[in-house]
Amino acid sequence: MSRLTVPKTYKLFIGGAFPRSESGRTYEVTNASGGFLANAAKASRKDARDAVVAARGAVAGWAGATAYNRGQVLYRIAELLEGRRAQFVAEIEEAEGVSRAAAGAQVDEAIDRWVWYAGWADKFAQVAGNANPVAGPYFNLSVPEPTGVVAIVAPQDSALLGLVSAVAPALVAGNAVVVVASERFPLSAISLAEVLATSDVPKGVVNVLTGSPAEIAPWLASHADVNALDLVGAGALDWIDLEIAAADTLKRVHRPEQGTDAAAPSLERIVGFTETKTVWHTKSLR
Amino acid sequence: MSFLEYAPAPESRAILSLRDRYGLFIDGEFVDGRGTPFQTISPASEERIAEIASANAEDVADAVAAARRAYERVWSKMSGRDRGKYLFRIARLVQERARELAVAESLDNGKPIKESRDVDVPLVAAWFFYYAGWADKLDHAGLGADPRALGVAGQVIPWNFPLLMLAWKIAPALAAGNTVVLKPAETTPLTALLFAEILQQAELPAGVVNIVTGAGETGAALVAADVDKVAFTGSTGVGRAIAKQVAGTQKKVTLELGGKAANIVFDDAPIDQAIEGIVNGIFFNQGHVCCAGSRLLVQENIHDEVVDRLKQRLSTLRLGDPLDKNTDIGAINSAAQLARIRELSDVGVAEGAERWSAPCELPAEGFWFAPTIFTGVETSHRIAREEVFGPVLSVLSFRTPQEAIAKANNTPYGLSAGIWSDKGSRILAVADQLRAGVIWANTFNRFDPASPFGGYKESGYGREGGRHGLGAYLAPATSRSARAARAVEASAAPAAKASPAAKADAEAKPAPAKRSRRSSKSAEKGAAK
Repeated sequence: MSRLTVPKTYKLFIGGAFPRSESGRTYEVTNASGGFLANAAKASRKDARDAVVAARGAVAGWAGATAYNRGQVLYRIAELLEGRRAQFVAEIEEAEGVSRAAAGAQVDEAIDRWVWYAGWADKFAQVAGNANPVAGPYFNLSVPEPTGVVAIVAPQDSALLGLVSAVAPALVAGNAVVVVASERFPLSAISLAEVLATSDVPKGVVNVLTGSPAEIAPWLASHADVNALDLVGAGALDWIDLEIAAADTLKRVHRPEQGTDAAAPSLERIVGFTETKTVWHTKSLR
Repeated sequence: MSFLEYAPAPESRAILSLRDRYGLFIDGEFVDGRGTPFQTISPASEERIAEIASANAEDVADAVAAARRAYERVWSKMSGRDRGKYLFRIARLVQERARELAVAESLDNGKPIKESRDVDVPLVAAWFFYYAGWADKLDHAGLGADPRALGVAGQVIPWNFPLLMLAWKIAPALAAGNTVVLKPAETTPLTALLFAEILQQAELPAGVVNIVTGAGETGAALVAADVDKVAFTGSTGVGRAIAKQVAGTQKKVTLELGGKAANIVFDDAPIDQAIEGIVNGIFFNQGHVCCAGSRLLVQENIHDEVVDRLKQRLSTLRLGDPLDKNTDIGAINSAAQLARIRELSDVGVAEGAERWSAPCELPAEGFWFAPTIFTGVETSHRIAREEVFGPVLSVLSFRTPQEAIAKANNTPYGLSAGIWSDKGSRILAVADQLRAGVIWANTFNRFDPASPFGGYKESGYGREGGRHGLGAYLAPATSRSARAARAVEASAAPAAKASPAAKADAEAKPAPAKRSRRSSKSAEKGAAK
């Protein structure tokens, strides 16, 4: 007789903790053939706001860490993902209904992208920054700094790779993230949160919400303490309204991307969530 | 006789040969506008200078069509080397006609001739000279090999630095290979129209730069028109409206908006320089500067000394005729702006701050406001939170660097900030923590074409100046929209053999993924600030 398994309760990830939705709501997540997988938490407006508070509280520490340190912390995530590879492959195989090979390829690519982005942490400022030869006795330097709190609607068509492709680049510069996971494939997002919780990423730097992006995204788009809005996975939503809501506080908005190229690894995705600061300082022998 | 009394030394207006009426500059020619013409006046005397055409939406569409034709037929096919040579020509022509431009600017805007002559116009020439050299080096702009121009740029500029803002907009746009439709501010169109004459002298191909004068509706029509890029400098309110207007389109946007900059003075600051820097920070250009140091944060133990010395210094400033070479403080740009400055100053008094104004005589005609300091200002006061955009300084104090940083960052704006201290390590640590796009340490209000300028938070997004400013008018060759355009091409025809020019056209106008369903509401009122 086979052993009776112990299923997991999937919850949200906010401020380093795993709370249920304050609303008490869940929604049924099914596999590709409609079979029951789990009841995922259905995040509410209050959960989104709690996540923004957690993210805001985490910005100073994460942005203030040295770039070398951020690079190591991000690399550590890749290490832990590798250790849990089999779990993610099985989860994706079940959730997306793809072959074991396809699920494996997705996990491998997700891990490799973490590594790629981790390596950028102490380099992108050298590429995106600039020493400026001004016409006067001034030291003049432009450096990229994190924009602050970034709200992300993750790509909806994959369980892990899209999520990683959107979250990792925002973290490189020192932003804190609130991400709304794929509505259909939310379980790997919470498994990723377990990886983050046991890695060296400070609490609140990444906050994961599951549920309805159509319901949650408007609250994030209009939230005055969110600095940037990545709509990469919002193509099926009424994203123009989200962009309009974001304009009230002049958030930096990244428009939806579609297809296999969506959220492809690029330096643009790192620099897109930074602000250029230019410092002038007088020079004098006296 | 005090040293403050002096004989007038007006710069001659004879160098100007202005027309009585100016049309719109479209497709290389001056043409009549279909809107109701308006008068541009001197804010120092309220005398009429010239009649200016007003562009309605049809005129704007004509200008955009001319820019589109020029982009497709001429400018996008021209080598970067030749584009650069046109920009060098323009830079030289600006230098040759520098005095004329300075006089026209001071006449139309009200700023002191010593500022238009020594700051604005030399920087205009420098801006074109700097970006001219970029035109054939775009591979090194930081976007990878073969970056592409965006197409037609619609640019709306403010009245505080009319010709300089024009240069900030047009120079990088042309260097990157875009064509331009520019709308100057309603109250300061004059130097843009003289600049159009310079373009004719430079023999810039028709339609590459088009200038449409008018009020806020003209600007709104331009933002709504078939342009690929919108660049705006002005108030945060209008910037917000533009961000909403372009939502859901493929238009690329840069916004350079308002500010409420903190100028932080530590007790070890070189005090003589700091006093001059504070004065320059807020009274330069009558305080009509988006990055003005309008919130002075003084360390508490030197507060009284700094305020006393500021009052002494302000008492020596000469306010009056903008064309007089001795003038320090010119005229407020318009009656509307003067009313706004008066209103906020009255609010400052009503909210409990103490007002002091320099004891200077104000001319009977024109729009004037004496340099003014408010002490005892609380962070909650409107004069500490809202952009006055005039010669009004709010003084607050702090005790520790942490308090200075917290107060400086306590604003939705984030354009600029100043730090005055003799201690380099403290300056750099404070600079790290200020959320602002430009930080001046032991100096203020410095501008250079090589140095990126632009804000954090609600001061807008995108940078102007330097390599970063060039990037605002370029897209990577392999950007997603370009890939999408190529995919469309590939499915429509065997496009692998398409000519480079055809490919460039296709890339410049990718099929919009999702069309805007928002019409152009009155996105804009008065491109101010």
